[in-house]
Amino acid sequence: MGQWVSITVNGKNYTREVEPRTLLASFLREDLGLTGTNIGCDSSQCGACTIHMDGMAVKSCTVLAVQAHGTVITTIEGMAVNGKLHPVQQAFWDQHGLQCGFCTPGMIMSISYMLAQHPNASELEIRHQLEGNICRCTGYQNIVKAAMQARDELHHEHHQHMQEQH
Amino acid sequence: MYPAPFEYYRAETAQEATELLSKHVGAKILAGGHSLVPAMKYRVAAPSALVDIGRLNLNYITAAEGVLKIGALSTHATVASSDVVKHNCAIIAQGAAGIGDQMVRNRGTIGGSLAHSDPQADYPTLVTCVGATIKTSSGKSYNADTFFKDMLTTALEENDIITEITMPVYGSGTGGFYYKIPHPASGYAVAGAAALVTVEAGICKRVSLVVGGATVNPVRAVEAEAYLVGKAPTSENIKAAAAMVAQVIKNPMGDGYASGAYRTHLAGVASERTLVEAVHRAA
Amino acid sequence: MAKLVGQPIKRVEDPRFIQGRGGYVTNITLPGMASVAIKRSPVAHARIVSIDASKAEALNGVIAVFTGKDLIDGGTGKLPCGWNVPNIKVPDRWAIQPVGDKVRHVGDAVAAVVAESPYIAQDALDLIEVQYEELPAVIGAKSAASNKTLVHDSVADNITYTWPLGDHAAVEQALAESDTVVTLDLTNQRLIPNAMETRAAVAQWNRYTEEMTLWTTSQNPHPIRLLLSAFTLGIPENKLRVISPDVGGGFGSKIFHYPEEIIVPWIARKIDRPCKWVATRSEASVTDSQGRDHVSTAKLGLKNDGTITGLFVETHADMGAYISTFAPLIPTAFYVCLLSGLYKIPSIYCNVVATMTNTVPVDAYRGAGRPEAAYLVERLMDLACRKLKMDPIAFRRHNFIKPSEFPYQTPVAMMYDSGNYDGLFDKAIASSGYHELIAKRDQARKEGKIAGVGIAGCIEASGPAPSKVAGALGSAVGFWESAVIRMHPTGKATLFTGAHSHGQGHETAFAQIISDELGIPMADVEVVHGDTGKVPFGMGTYGSRSLSVGGSAIVKAAEKVRTKMIKIAAHQLEAAVEDIVFDQSTGKAYVKGSPAKSKGTFDMTFAAYTAHNLPDGLEPGLEENSFYDPANFTFPNSCHIAYVEIDSGTGRVDLQQYCAVDDVGNVVNPMIVEGQITGGIAQGIGQALYEYGAYDSDGQPQSATFMDYAMPRADCFPMIHTDRTVTPSPHNPLGVKGAGEMGTIAATVTAANAVMDALAPMNISHLDMPLTPEKIWSAINKK
Repeated sequence: MGQWVSITVNGKNYTREVEPRTLLASFLREDLGLTGTNIGCDSSQCGACTIHMDGMAVKSCTVLAVQAHGTVITTIEGMAVNGKLHPVQQAFWDQHGLQCGFCTPGMIMSISYMLAQHPNASELEIRHQLEGNICRCTGYQNIVKAAMQARDELHHEHHQHMQEQH
Repeated sequence: MYPAPFEYYRAETAQEATELLSKHVGAKILAGGHSLVPAMKYRVAAPSALVDIGRLNLNYITAAEGVLKIGALSTHATVASSDVVKHNCAIIAQGAAGIGDQMVRNRGTIGGSLAHSDPQADYPTLVTCVGATIKTSSGKSYNADTFFKDMLTTALEENDIITEITMPVYGSGTGGFYYKIPHPASGYAVAGAAALVTVEAGICKRVSLVVGGATVNPVRAVEAEAYLVGKAPTSENIKAAAAMVAQVIKNPMGDGYASGAYRTHLAGVASERTLVEAVHRAA
Repeated sequence: MAKLVGQPIKRVEDPRFIQGRGGYVTNITLPGMASVAIKRSPVAHARIVSIDASKAEALNGVIAVFTGKDLIDGGTGKLPCGWNVPNIKVPDRWAIQPVGDKVRHVGDAVAAVVAESPYIAQDALDLIEVQYEELPAVIGAKSAASNKTLVHDSVADNITYTWPLGDHAAVEQALAESDTVVTLDLTNQRLIPNAMETRAAVAQWNRYTEEMTLWTTSQNPHPIRLLLSAFTLGIPENKLRVISPDVGGGFGSKIFHYPEEIIVPWIARKIDRPCKWVATRSEASVTDSQGRDHVSTAKLGLKNDGTITGLFVETHADMGAYISTFAPLIPTAFYVCLLSGLYKIPSIYCNVVATMTNTVPVDAYRGAGRPEAAYLVERLMDLACRKLKMDPIAFRRHNFIKPSEFPYQTPVAMMYDSGNYDGLFDKAIASSGYHELIAKRDQARKEGKIAGVGIAGCIEASGPAPSKVAGALGSAVGFWESAVIRMHPTGKATLFTGAHSHGQGHETAFAQIISDELGIPMADVEVVHGDTGKVPFGMGTYGSRSLSVGGSAIVKAAEKVRTKMIKIAAHQLEAAVEDIVFDQSTGKAYVKGSPAKSKGTFDMTFAAYTAHNLPDGLEPGLEENSFYDPANFTFPNSCHIAYVEIDSGTGRVDLQQYCAVDDVGNVVNPMIVEGQITGGIAQGIGQALYEYGAYDSDGQPQSATFMDYAMPRADCFPMIHTDRTVTPSPHNPLGVKGAGEMGTIAATVTAANAVMDALAPMNISHLDMPLTPEKIWSAINKK
């Protein structure tokens, strides 16, 4: 009845027995205690549960933990490296991109993926690509501004990295 | 919201999957799970077992000899970003890019979407438009035109698994476009129209126009297609063709957001807009 | 140290949220914790004939199943109403409806399961068999009053109360003597608040001390504790601790006392284990109190020169199946009393008829009565302009209350504190490029497009006050706020505030105030809220009150801290108290003229706690409190302007530009204020264009998931331009007015007015919200 899964989360491997029906979101929250991944709906609409699975943003409320067997996952808890905030996290802080904070982890995971896919995303493209994340507090304005700040910062980092290599 | 208990089996091959399905009565196929898992959370679906085909080697896209082949486990994101799809059957990539949202596109698969056959989904309309063939593990082939049978119902036989979708490629001279009018909450198509138009010497040579969202299955706008063939793709002709789309909308679905009459109207609007863009892309 | 009040300081609470460390109720796990799930009615109106839970009880992992009778026999009480208007009939409402009683809306609780996991609890729900004797559903705010079926036998005609205000005869006479009368029938549709965090409750019973701790997603833990103690749970306040930690948005929906706040602790004590319940989104859609839902008829009397002579309004307000905690306040004092808008209206009469229906209870949702008033008034103003062929700005200016006329007594009880509405409009016209927008609209129309410019000027009454007036109007609670400032020996400060932050950024804004008041760095200020075990009794956060009321309490408490510090400094410096200067920019105290010889914060706080060298008669310690009861509401006001174009093929509205100028008085943190305004605008536009908590004639909710209920997304909005004018409130020490709801109040009608302006050339005068594509397309094509 139990199913063994082995999943790497934020750089650490976890092998656990789970009931097959366990949602990945439940697994992260309940089994691993990673409560930064929130659940805001039950129809795969709100995006609060967004994580990265093998580098791709997915809604962890709509993935079974057994489906994640063998994958590498990053959650919001794994975004800051050695105490340094990820540029998207920093931008949310700088731009007042959050109020109640509940949608925020999903937003940050969604936007960091989006910017990897669309490094030059315009304001309109950012708004469009955010269709899978719902926020009730901010009217999205400062979230979009945060995404634009992070986009520019990531460009800057990329250029610096290229210069260092030369 | 949690699924009811079920047994879980992970298949490594299509054959193993078929065997598991026949062995476990009431089992369902799990691909990306983006139609099935929500239904199970609401407990409108409660299969006794799931056969996970997610690891089958069906995640590929190739084009050769005029045929584009898409493995059934290709995600919407993979299809949308595939250069092979963009070069050979661009409408499919463009349409896939608008399914759900970026997270859904990373998990949902073309095979799963077609097997689920949601009336408001985009893929049924798209594959019908391009004249795709849906192939299964039992060796069957279905023309998209006759694959979708009813609300959430396809011609697929029990325990059969969609393995591949093939479609004729198109190149310069032919343009395709999918125009979706999405529901503001779900993002699903209230109406969507897919058009493929071949223009030669300023005349429409071949026209494929399929509308979805308004009816339980996508429908081909045969009168509109026939009207345009042999005519110049002028805005007047396109408008006249789009006006014929309503004829094929039988028993339109309606709800609190959009009535059947309005959806029928939108099918025409979407058709006109998608034809204009398809013609533009044919140039 | 530079003054921090007025600065856009980045929020100190953000680092935990952006790193996934928000402390929400749903994140709490306690040893031995069990999961609670609620069996809910699938039908809107039915008698509960029987409940058979035997199969559920037999399921492995199920601890127990409880019905309404179990809870009633176990000492729980009826949910009370916290705002009793005259002659209101408040029907019984139990945490779980007992067998023999009725379910009255889809989602009404009929049983509770407690199990070893949330998965098993949900399995058990499916195994509980409930036999219902179905009854016809009562639906519709107005038609309920003539429905033969009664939601409650104790509420005749389904009318729970009527609330008339104003001089009816005077209004009738004014209308009769008017040159013209504009009439408007409108519906202000039902909304679902949908904070992103669903409600949740965790309860822990301490068998040794017989103390209960309840963590609940509330905007106001103290009033919840009071209601639990006095009415519903029966555990005395000194044995009951209610904690609302980080709460993921409220918008009013988390003010109220909900059944689960009774059920979960009751079960936790019963089974002597910690228990947790978390609402699913589907549950939230049928149990969180909902918003708006008015059906109104209005008549506005006018002279040919544009002078308003009188306003008549009749409103049917849908209360839903039960009277939610503060429901009767919303369509009465928060609605009728705002019907004067920004205008001098000589006579106003409004009668509110509040009805019971088989729907989810209706209570405050962001704006709460005031958006309904603003919508009605500002739709009428546009229709008046159309009828009189007057410019919408000139017409409004003609009727404005002028700056010299404040304080201004309206005919509907409110005494406006301050305002400069011409100045407000001047700024909005300039900021938005209003005249350019009109030119853009006219050009677009020439090109065959459907385009419109909407403008609205709105008033809000925020921070309900004073308490004795609230009491006279029916309130069961006061509307003061508390603050305790505890100075620690080392000079650090802890603020205990009765206000509650669920996104408003109190930890930042309140620390800014204390930093300025006491001259200590923000980093030395800890803000504690939301825990009845720590903070003094406080009223919580709603009605845009936290800064004007809670912030004022902080200022008053800080004054007391300073006073005591000055006494200590005077003693140490061997000077008279009157000769001591307290420099708020440094926190240093010195004798007038001798700043070089000063006492710093540490000198004074440490002395207060060592008590080695205090003036005679001065108590040791340094901790001061304030219970601040404001003299009046504050009256924020706004002018918003929007530009829309409409797709003639689909009817879809494209909101292209939006400008908001708000007067919220002084501001403590402009970044946070702008965030509040912008977020509020999004919710207002949501109502205008997208959202509708609809029910069918059987009482089945039509939008109980995010697949149906159109929450606005990022691509629904352009960048919103915000600006401010400042007329400080004269009656609170900060000069601030509420900022939390103004955006919502103004945006709904601004967006609606823009759409209706776009449709004006087609002689369409009014459509009800939400202004969905089909509604607009149908109106355009109805010939």
